[in-house]
Amino acid sequence: MVSKRIVLHFPHRLVDQPIVCKLVKEYDLQFNILKAYVTPQEEGLMVLELTGKEENFNQGIEYLQSCGVKIQPLSQDVIRNEIKCTDCGVCVPICPTGALVVDLLTRKVHFYDNKCIACELCVKICPTRAMEVHF
Amino acid sequence: MRTIKEINAKIKKGEVVVVTAEEIIDLVKKKGAKKAAQEVDVVTTGTFGPMCSSGTFFNIGHSKPRIKLGGGSCKLNDVPAYCGFAAVDIYLGATAIPDDDPRNKVFPGEFKYGGGHVIQEIVAGRDVRLEATAYGTDCYPRKKLETYINMKDLNEAVLFNIRNCYQNYNVAVNLSDKIIYTYMGALKPKLGNANYCSAGQLSPLLKDPYYKTIGIGTKIFLGGGIGFVAWQGTQHNPTVKRKDNGVPQAPAGTIAVIGDLKQMKPEWLVGTSMLGYGVTLTVGIGVPIPILDEEVVKYAAIRDEEIYTQIVDYSQAYPQMIPGSLGEVNYSQLKSGKIIVQGKEVSTGNLSSYSKAREIAEELKSWIKKGDFLLTEPVAALPGAESGYTFKPLKERPIV
Ligand code: SF4
Ligand code: SF4
Repeated sequence: MVSKRIVLHFPHRLVDQPIVCKLVKEYDLQFNILKAYVTPQEEGLMVLELTGKEENFNQGIEYLQSCGVKIQPLSQDVIRNEIKCTDCGVCVPICPTGALVVDLLTRKVHFYDNKCIACELCVKICPTRAMEVHF
Repeated sequence: MRTIKEINAKIKKGEVVVVTAEEIIDLVKKKGAKKAAQEVDVVTTGTFGPMCSSGTFFNIGHSKPRIKLGGGSCKLNDVPAYCGFAAVDIYLGATAIPDDDPRNKVFPGEFKYGGGHVIQEIVAGRDVRLEATAYGTDCYPRKKLETYINMKDLNEAVLFNIRNCYQNYNVAVNLSDKIIYTYMGALKPKLGNANYCSAGQLSPLLKDPYYKTIGIGTKIFLGGGIGFVAWQGTQHNPTVKRKDNGVPQAPAGTIAVIGDLKQMKPEWLVGTSMLGYGVTLTVGIGVPIPILDEEVVKYAAIRDEEIYTQIVDYSQAYPQMIPGSLGEVNYSQLKSGKIIVQGKEVSTGNLSSYSKAREIAEELKSWIKKGDFLLTEPVAALPGAESGYTFKPLKERPIV
């Protein structure tokens, strides 16, 4: 079993197609929609947590790509502006996944973007607004 | 044992021994206070946290024809500044926000831009838009002024913060069942997190708990430049309860600080937005502690585990001015990332950057070692623990 969080970019022509449902029916994958938007450019954007057998997972991704959906790993979604971050640590107890952690030695705050589920809770609570949402 | 004069002589000769407020802890542990006091001349402290009672004075120079801003109004990048002085002096406060900021109308307000951010932009050397109106007089006929200003062209740019550098601070929690947004950050319901705001064992006034060396006139690291302690800060409260080691167990002393903004740096004066609360300025301050004798070094070697503070509920107790504490914790516990409040394990977050505080203490240490920074004798003491000086609440009286 694998479980990964991915960002799907749907071109305008695909926005109203039932593509994601096929992942369940034909590839036996389970999904959780973490976020869904239609951008001002009318591109569809969806953040999914996709779970299933590795083989099915890979086939599902191939299927999405064959339809014209662009796929991006989620870690690129919320990024930290390292210049703005002051390493205060007030984001640490807010992050639900432990993606923001204080290094006990340096007292700097590490951002493990592979753990980030892009819930964006830290984005507005960061006093210097160092956590940025990028699409 | 030694005087500030003697320390300065050593600084000039390049023979001074300086360690940070962290390093002195190990040194005293290893060698004892007596030996450490003999060896070390100066201990450097540091802190880098949001400090709302901060702001800057600017003298913008006279326009042609002249304008008198005093009694008029003025804005810098749409942020209202105070100009109730003579013709062209302005004070911009850290928490000021543009008139059209939605504030908390859409809750929680984001407070994306305000005085703190303008100050950071000015320090960074960026042009800032000034818009002012005045009523006009015979000697100052002009009624409107719109121009860019830049720090390099200003006559004076002075950071003057009336309260900074709190000696200890509360730990904020939320006992209610909904999230609250405070100056101590977002507090999740039912003890969802506990936020604190102090550099603990690096924090200036915690390392000189009785203000034996820090006083009015003390030269300091301020915002990356040089500043001075100008006065006791507002709400200075030296008479709170203290532990046996002299460390206050609640917010206590404060200092007012002043310095030339033109030498300061944008990385040490950072515009800050507290969700649902407002805008402020995060200020970097470092204070040198001259090791005059063994007693001073003992205080300077106080550790996180010896510094206690109070846990306060910010859903009810704080806003309603209900005294009381949910318990006492030390900074070593806070820094471990988890504390126990009412039997529950609660994750902690710091608003004050410890790693930056460390950088400030190191920076000040290197200035002193290089001979760039001499110490000053205080010209007057801060009101002390026995002074009777207290922080009083407002007594409201009906207007008749
Ligand atoms: S709250 Fe912002 S500035 Fe503070 S550590 Fe987190 S990302 Fe950095
Ligand atoms: S977006 Fe959410 S998961 Fe990612 S770092 Fe911020 S709080 Fe943590």
